[in-house]
Amino acid sequence: MTSPLPADRPQPRSLTDLFLSFTWLALQGFGGVLAVVQRELVERKRWMTREEFVEEWAVAQIMPGPNVINLSLMIGGRYFGLPGALVALAGMLLVPLMVVLALALVYARFADHPQVAGALRGMGAVAAGLVAATGLKLFSALLKHPLGLPVCMALGGAAFVAIALLRLPLAWVLLVLGGLACALTWRKLGPR
Amino acid sequence: MVGGGLDWLAFFGHFLMLSLLSIGGAITTAPDMHRYLVQEQGWLTDPQFTSSVAIAQAAPGPNVLFVALLGWNVGMGAGGWAGAGAGLVLALAGILLPSTTLTYLAASWGHRNRELRAVRAFKQGMAPIVIALLVATGWILATSGGYRLSQWPLWAVTLATTLIVWRTRVHLLWLLGIGAVLGWFGLV
Repeated sequence: MTSPLPADRPQPRSLTDLFLSFTWLALQGFGGVLAVVQRELVERKRWMTREEFVEEWAVAQIMPGPNVINLSLMIGGRYFGLPGALVALAGMLLVPLMVVLALALVYARFADHPQVAGALRGMGAVAAGLVAATGLKLFSALLKHPLGLPVCMALGGAAFVAIALLRLPLAWVLLVLGGLACALTWRKLGPR
Repeated sequence: MVGGGLDWLAFFGHFLMLSLLSIGGAITTAPDMHRYLVQEQGWLTDPQFTSSVAIAQAAPGPNVLFVALLGWNVGMGAGGWAGAGAGLVLALAGILLPSTTLTYLAASWGHRNRELRAVRAFKQGMAPIVIALLVATGWILATSGGYRLSQWPLWAVTLATTLIVWRTRVHLLWLLGIGAVLGWFGLV
């Protein structure tokens, strides 16, 4: 699934580029940054392929800590080692933190404003669509999957039902369905 | 209220501990933060807690910033602006240090050993589950107000957004702006 990197593949030019890129995508991420990370890093900047994004996201998701923070750390670390990881982290947190603090300071004045509450509700509905669409877009990463599309669909469908409809704890779903998926893939990959 | 140095240490230590438990994101430990900060220690009021979470969700940036606001408010109650700054730094550092260190080490190890069959099986095997989780998260966010039929304008906005983002390359900020305008005028 992971193809060798072409020599002319785009990547961050410097730590400054990395910092500014992550600051910019964090500032676009209302209601969560993931959809923006996928759009910016996979589709626009092309620093990673869809397959790579899904693989990194699996690690970011399974480790403790905020998932997008983990993901940014891993991407920064991939290009510039520990300094890259720290710079990506700073990009995600520094400027957005200022914005959140500023918002908290003015919040008291507008909290009861019904139109402000309405705007937040509308943005929340859009944010939900952004996340769902990110999932659908990454779907094409499964076309080359070693298990084949039908098995992937069955596993994914079961995970969706377990989380979205039955609201089972994430840890159990990852352990049982994720474990099953990894074991099946392990068998399919075969010894090399 | 937060008093001497020992309390700050306990405060910092609690976030360090929660960091290691925060599989699936810091928000999954929010119920325990509420138990500790509001019910057990009385460092925050209920409205302070809820509004900290809501503001961070509405603001741009990663949702984990709600932890910074919690620290800010706890510190503000203990020692004014200086306390607020200290609370913010301790809470955010506490919730991030253990998890980011662990993730960095694990990811580096995984990348060095990426040709191992077990590593490839893990990363590729998780792909269908991870993708399904994203769609499920969208579903959960969209139905956070319940399944009442009166919610249909919100669902329509979510569905339209899903299709537009999936199929086109419209800038995401335009869509958020449209959502905000629809909400502002009470249309959703």
